[in-house]
Amino acid sequence: MSDIAIRVNGLGKRYRIGSLHTSNYHTLRDSLVSLFQPREKQPNGHIWALRNISFDVKQGQVLGVVGRNGAGKSTLLKLLSRVTEPTEGEAEIRGRVGSLLEVGTGFHPELTGRENIYLNGAILGMKRAEIERKFDEIVEFAEVEKFIETPVKRYSSGMYLRLAFAVAAHLEPEILVVDEVLAVGDAEFQRKCLGKMGDVAREGRTVLFVSHNMSAVLRLTDETVVIDKGGLIMRAPTAEAVDFYLSRGFTQEGQRAWEADEVPLSAAPFLPLAVRVLNSQGKVVNTIRSVEENTVEIEYSLSAPVTGLRVGIYLMSTRGEYVFTSFDTDDVAEFERMTVRPAGRYISRCTLPANLLNEGRFVIGVNASSYRVKRYFQDEQALTFTVDAAGAPGMHWPEARLGPVRPRLNWQIEAIEA
Amino acid sequence: MTATGTSRLTTADTQKGNMTVQSDSTVTLIRPPRGWQAINLRDLWLYRELVYFLTWRDVKVRYKQAVLGIGWAIIQPIVTMVVFTFIFNQFLDVKPDAGIPDAWYPIFAFAGLLPWQFFQGALQRASTSLVSNSNLLTKVYFPRLIIPSSAVAAGLVDFGFSFLIMIGLMIYFGVPFTLQMLWLPLFLLMALLTALAVGLWLSALNVQYRDVQHMVPFLLTIWMYVSPVVYPIDVINAGGFWKAVYALNPMVGVIQGFRWVLFGTNPPGWMFAISMTMVLLLLVSGLYYFRRMERTFADLI
Repeated sequence: MSDIAIRVNGLGKRYRIGSLHTSNYHTLRDSLVSLFQPREKQPNGHIWALRNISFDVKQGQVLGVVGRNGAGKSTLLKLLSRVTEPTEGEAEIRGRVGSLLEVGTGFHPELTGRENIYLNGAILGMKRAEIERKFDEIVEFAEVEKFIETPVKRYSSGMYLRLAFAVAAHLEPEILVVDEVLAVGDAEFQRKCLGKMGDVAREGRTVLFVSHNMSAVLRLTDETVVIDKGGLIMRAPTAEAVDFYLSRGFTQEGQRAWEADEVPLSAAPFLPLAVRVLNSQGKVVNTIRSVEENTVEIEYSLSAPVTGLRVGIYLMSTRGEYVFTSFDTDDVAEFERMTVRPAGRYISRCTLPANLLNEGRFVIGVNASSYRVKRYFQDEQALTFTVDAAGAPGMHWPEARLGPVRPRLNWQIEAIEA
Repeated sequence: MTATGTSRLTTADTQKGNMTVQSDSTVTLIRPPRGWQAINLRDLWLYRELVYFLTWRDVKVRYKQAVLGIGWAIIQPIVTMVVFTFIFNQFLDVKPDAGIPDAWYPIFAFAGLLPWQFFQGALQRASTSLVSNSNLLTKVYFPRLIIPSSAVAAGLVDFGFSFLIMIGLMIYFGVPFTLQMLWLPLFLLMALLTALAVGLWLSALNVQYRDVQHMVPFLLTIWMYVSPVVYPIDVINAGGFWKAVYALNPMVGVIQGFRWVLFGTNPPGWMFAISMTMVLLLLVSGLYYFRRMERTFADLI
């Protein structure tokens, strides 16, 4: 049937172990040496990043793809955008595919904004005439009119991202593959990008939308597939799929522990061990009471000293809105004390104050990074927990309260005329 | 990797009503690669403008970052020519091709340097091109062949400037301009194809074995000595067999071609035929090797 834009049938991709996360080039010496050694049969020398994936996407449909880091989402997108080739199975794609695997691909810092628009457009598969036609629109969308003749190395990171997204967003492919572009830029720009994505969808194009931003997935897609451990485990209307994904057994009684092989090698020297939620009695729990102080702790080890490390959490509602972000070195004095964190095993612990969160379910994400140097590790859906609001302000009215927080504010009622 | 065919045109109406998704709706089949692959000419054609843009980027960035800019393209061959003239002609008494005056040695050397420096630069850039563009390879699809091709093509701008100096030298030395010069593009093309052919091999090998980028400068040094850059081809004063072996180096054909075009010495003969055959062999094998390795670039790099 021709109203199917993407048909994926039993697609699988196998990597050699070691080539999944790190660069895997050899030296000639390695190859020469291995010539003289007996071939070792390594039955476990390969890993399936993706296996047995089958699904269809109709023309004009916007399909969400969610899954944890390392679940195989990116591999799927790379296969569909032909960056890499499958080991088995096949996919049939009708129409030109535009991929936004990463915005700004091919931007050159020495070239001006204008030059980069042309270069990036060509890399993404646009014709020169097409770029010329859309040039003004792109510049306007990116809000960089004044700096269009300036080398992009002098751009602020916000301008850079806006320009990069603008070029990619004005590509007019029949099928658009989008991976996490919305994680960048300020809130206002994110709104603009989401708006643009919505337009693209309304124009009848097929979109595969991969994101950790659940509210964006909910807003832009009607149907979503959930990918886990290289397999497609669910396809359902988005609300249902997101709920399934967020509540799925990642949570074991208020704790999420990482096995060493779940952590990308690129995270080194940082190795996350566990993140857990503890109640006021110090017990690991799945449900906390909002009127008590609770604790979130992240356990990790460092195999080498790290300079400027910050380990922290994101708190998100299950609708995907961020409630807050907090790092263990947010305090300047603490940051200076921990300029270099020596190798070893650590727990970074923080208190969730009483009367902070509203009832409902929340998601904790973990981030370990050195500002402007490297993001060692990030898992935006490490753990979910439930907040029980018994005893919280306003509970004498049995109605749902809007908003993710439920602070106890110091109200005073003053009679100014009695 | 992909088999393509054309299906019926598909259009979808939009809410605005006036915009439609225009398409030459083609079906792309993604499946595991098997064995040797033919070159995907359709994709190469679709992405032809990218060759231009990447070449243009390389040229632009190179001149932007260098203080002397274009100056480098002029200084390099001139300084090399002057040094060669002193060392080889004055002190070591190397003569130019038989039939041209000894005083013409500078322009004789320059006629060798012109294609040689183009080849050298093109090969150097081509062999590291895939690795230095790894961010593109892992993010976007386009025919990978474009990357080494545009690296080679970027050398043409420098060649253009060197060629202008060549014209100046010809006027200075009183070398006559002849119709033979119309053959020059052919020999330039041959130099370009040689650089591309070897560049395809080395760039693909470099993805897997990073030793290659350390090997290239060494390879080029040796290669220059086995090419008639500083000496005339007559120096190879050996039997037909050794001359044939010597001619396996395609740059022998290229450089001798340049000198024939400019001075009318040693017209292309059987040695040239060997050089030409070698270029084609290298090119065809390079293309096939590149195609075969191409599919693993994104995973290995």
